Amino acid sequence: MTNLLLLTVILINFFSLGSARLVACIRAVAMQGALLALLPVVVHGLSGHSVMLGLGAFCFKGVFIPWLLLRAIREVRIRREMEPYIGFVATLILGALTTAGAFIFSDFLPLAAEHHGGLFVPTALATMFSGFLLLITRRKALTQVLGYLILENGIFIFAVLLSEAMPLTVEAGILLDLLVGIFVMGIVINQISREFSTINTERLTALKE
Amino acid sequence: MLLTIILFPLLGAALSLLLPWYQVRSWILPICGGFHLLLAGLIVNGALETGPWIGLDALAKLVLLVTSLLFFGCSIYAVGYLSLCRDRGNKVIVPCLLVFLSAMTLAISSRHLGLLWMAVEATTITSAPLIYYNRNRLSLEATWKYLLLCSVGIGLAMLGMLFIAYAALVGEGTPISLQFDSLLVGATSLSRPWLHAGFIFLLVGFGTKMGLAPLHSWKPDAYGEAPGLVGALLAGGLTSVAFLAILRAVQLMTAAGDGAMARQALLGMGLLSMALAAIFMVRQPDLKRLLAYSSVEHMGILAIGVGIGGLATFGAMLHLINNALTKGCLFLSVGNIHRAYASKRLSEVHGAIATLPISGSLFLAGFLAITGSPPFGLFMSEFTILRGIFGTGQVWVGLLMLLLLAAVFIGMGGTALPATQGAPVKLESVFKDSFLLVISPLGFLLVVLCLGVYLPESLQQTLRAAAALLEVKP
Repeated sequence: MTNLLLLTVILINFFSLGSARLVACIRAVAMQGALLALLPVVVHGLSGHSVMLGLGAFCFKGVFIPWLLLRAIREVRIRREMEPYIGFVATLILGALTTAGAFIFSDFLPLAAEHHGGLFVPTALATMFSGFLLLITRRKALTQVLGYLILENGIFIFAVLLSEAMPLTVEAGILLDLLVGIFVMGIVINQISREFSTINTERLTALKE
Repeated sequence: MLLTIILFPLLGAALSLLLPWYQVRSWILPICGGFHLLLAGLIVNGALETGPWIGLDALAKLVLLVTSLLFFGCSIYAVGYLSLCRDRGNKVIVPCLLVFLSAMTLAISSRHLGLLWMAVEATTITSAPLIYYNRNRLSLEATWKYLLLCSVGIGLAMLGMLFIAYAALVGEGTPISLQFDSLLVGATSLSRPWLHAGFIFLLVGFGTKMGLAPLHSWKPDAYGEAPGLVGALLAGGLTSVAFLAILRAVQLMTAAGDGAMARQALLGMGLLSMALAAIFMVRQPDLKRLLAYSSVEHMGILAIGVGIGGLATFGAMLHLINNALTKGCLFLSVGNIHRAYASKRLSEVHGAIATLPISGSLFLAGFLAITGSPPFGLFMSEFTILRGIFGTGQVWVGLLMLLLLAAVFIGMGGTALPATQGAPVKLESVFKDSFLLVISPLGFLLVVLCLGVYLPESLQQTLRAAAALLEVKP
């Protein structure tokens, strides 16, 4: 069950790297967030802590943040990611390479005995790399936010391994910070589109030495 | 007590949202700032408070006092500033400033790494609207870069924290917890590779926030486009808070017996920061960007001080106070100059002393202070750091730092002197130095001057205790 979840997460990484349609990308990231919300319950069993964490993650990552982003693009009326810095096929290949690299690399890591050979750590690394790729290679402010979200999802996978280290209040606070951060980014995206009548960040190049 | 000082600015923020009067809303800032400073003074002089979640050690006391003093000065300035910017409103900036203050206080006093992370992220979010205060294209660009870079950086810091928790899981023998005191106690049994990875990620993450090179790229843009008052709070307050977060990681590494590695990383980044800042300061045509690079330089000096250890760490603690207050003076006076000339570029700004006698002189004096001229406090702290460096026998590091300090002096003088000297300029704006707009930078400068001439014994004790926290061997 866990492995199935994690494999789906990796597939969603590839989908969002290869897709040009913003709405589909947002839905994919929402789906990824919702799947990840199941993870604490699947790994740690039904306890108050894991259920609360899963519910919180589901509400924020799966429902509320995607809703905010969908609303943001409805207002700016932009549907597709045009001309990324690196083409879609090239990013897909890069994504495949980094995913393979993540699997090989995590074999060399000094993991705890119970995590050896599992999919957890490689998936976390691969998801973080995918988020980074999306952040670096796309021009649209919105896709950059999606990249940031995928990066956070990768960190979340790693955090589930350690959820006993984090008391529930801290986790709730972290999720809330993430939510407000995305909210502020959404507002900034709106302002960018109003000022520049585009949400391409390549226009944001007036400030340099 | 500690909880009060964290929570009451939030109350002030809520109040400012409810009140309909413009001036009253502005005045909430200095009232809250003053109360914060009062409480901070009481707390710092009182007994040490420790708890599982929040508490203050000597390091935190130091940063709390500096941040509180800086905020109080800036809040007085804000009343004068906001009454000039009635068209832009203060319905967003006042609550944001107050929540920002609360988040900084929480970050300073947290004893749990998760809570620390949360508070630092909250400072990023609340400072974004502050940078966007001017609502033009350039400030929008600066805000976007700041928000994205700092959020990603802080995400990496989160990963670093998780690695440290994983080090406890693999290392066994320590309970898996991110509570800082229990981490320190069990530091020796943490798994080394994970601890090192965790430290590097924390350094990169909070280093982005602090603006150490090569992670400083958002800094000139954000400081350049933000109002002077926000620049002062970011360059003096927020960077100190981020530095405190890095120092927590150094403390952990030292407790685990790997302090040398942490110090080397800090030393390297510090020297790189100074070098890059010195390069970009030469022929810098923009006054606020000049100050941003100066901030990068001084973050470098702080990192070098802690990287060397011993006497230099003491110097770095002193330098933290001096840098924060001098940056406050510089950013506020440049804010006045910017307002009067409607420009912050060297092509338009010259003869500032003749045109704006007080702000211009303050800027010139601030420039002399920040470049380490005697008798200001920065001379003392930089001298102490250099003495520490030469005392440990790292002659080349000391010589390199001296060379870079000289380069910075020349580079910064090349912009600051022409801007202040020369014949008065006929201005189109009716801006004049007013009491509220010059009293805070003047106050900051006087404090820095006093610190250069005389260090009170109680402050010395706090500085020594703070430096000692970073030296503890297992």
